[in-house]
Amino acid sequence: MNYIFFFLIVISIVIGAINGKLQEVCNAVMSGAELSVKVAFSLIGIMAFWLGMMKIAQKSGMIDFLSKILKPVTKILFNEIPPQSPAVGDIAMNFTANAFGLSNAATPFGIKAMEELQKENKDKTSASNSMCLFLGMNTAGFQLIPTTVLAVLISIGYKNPTEIIAPTLLVTIIAFTFAVVLSKVLQRIWKGQTINSSLTDGENNRPGGEE
Amino acid sequence: MIKILNLISLWALPFLILLILFVGMIKKVPIYEEFTNGAKDGFKVAVNIIPYLVAIIVAISMLRASGAIEMLSDCIAPLLKSWNMPADVLPLTIVRSLSGSAALGVFSDIANSLGPDSYATKLAAVMVGSSETTFYVLAVYFGAVKISKIRYALLVGLLADLVGIISAVWVCNLMFG
Repeated sequence: MNYIFFFLIVISIVIGAINGKLQEVCNAVMSGAELSVKVAFSLIGIMAFWLGMMKIAQKSGMIDFLSKILKPVTKILFNEIPPQSPAVGDIAMNFTANAFGLSNAATPFGIKAMEELQKENKDKTSASNSMCLFLGMNTAGFQLIPTTVLAVLISIGYKNPTEIIAPTLLVTIIAFTFAVVLSKVLQRIWKGQTINSSLTDGENNRPGGEE
Repeated sequence: MIKILNLISLWALPFLILLILFVGMIKKVPIYEEFTNGAKDGFKVAVNIIPYLVAIIVAISMLRASGAIEMLSDCIAPLLKSWNMPADVLPLTIVRSLSGSAALGVFSDIANSLGPDSYATKLAAVMVGSSETTFYVLAVYFGAVKISKIRYALLVGLLADLVGIISAVWVCNLMFG
């Protein structure tokens, strides 16, 4: 992350200077900082609401039920976390919310899942294999119906907006599958976490726990 | 078809809320107490991610303001043109990994200026609809648990974005080309 942060900012300033847009780049520092706090604050209410809902679903056993249904899949994908971990249920909720285009709900569920994955993580500053996989699943942006895009298409008078649903779904499935497979491949060849890496490696090599 | 889809997107949220509340009531969970109990963490989580969001959003705002994205899309233009990609869609290939609101803005521009019948509108719709903002997800999810060593996570996200772009062009060429 240190290099990414460094290069993003250095490149911006150098290229901004070349393009004569240095003033815009400076303004972007201010507006970007302001925007990030706005984004975080707008998350507070939504986050509180869905974390509250999540608590009810957890106490009523609904999340346990959902994670039991999805267990065959999560057991293969997240083979490094114990099957009884609450993370499994949170991941299931996150995935379901994403699939139905409820990204406002998906984010709190996803953060909750990350917190549970962090409890199983051995090195608290470095992302575990499961965390990288979960992040990859989320960045691929799997959803059944792209609601925002459909809204824009309808607003411009697109005659048959639903015709883009099938291609979008196909593309998102390809990207999603690719992200999962690539995470699984990279976790074997990428340098492991510094602490207890031998243990994690041992778990990776367990039979029947891959793809 | 479109009516059913509208119905699904309209009812997804109320259905989920009702389902959670009903199951809670049936199982005799004190739903109000548990709700407020869980909601308490909302503020903490949102405040925790602020430093991570500031780092990522400021860096990306600077990058966008510098004109680097236009330069990069000019560089890869010849390659993408050979795949029958309209010039208007080019910036989307880069912007969609960086900023969700910017990607939606570019898409609205294309849709409004080129109209519903153009190939560019369809391709842009598929490209925006099939992606999530990689850098934002990374900042929020890893920021919430204070992860700074991200290992291969960004690589996976960006390569998956690339695969998404390639398959979007391929699928749209087949269907609408």
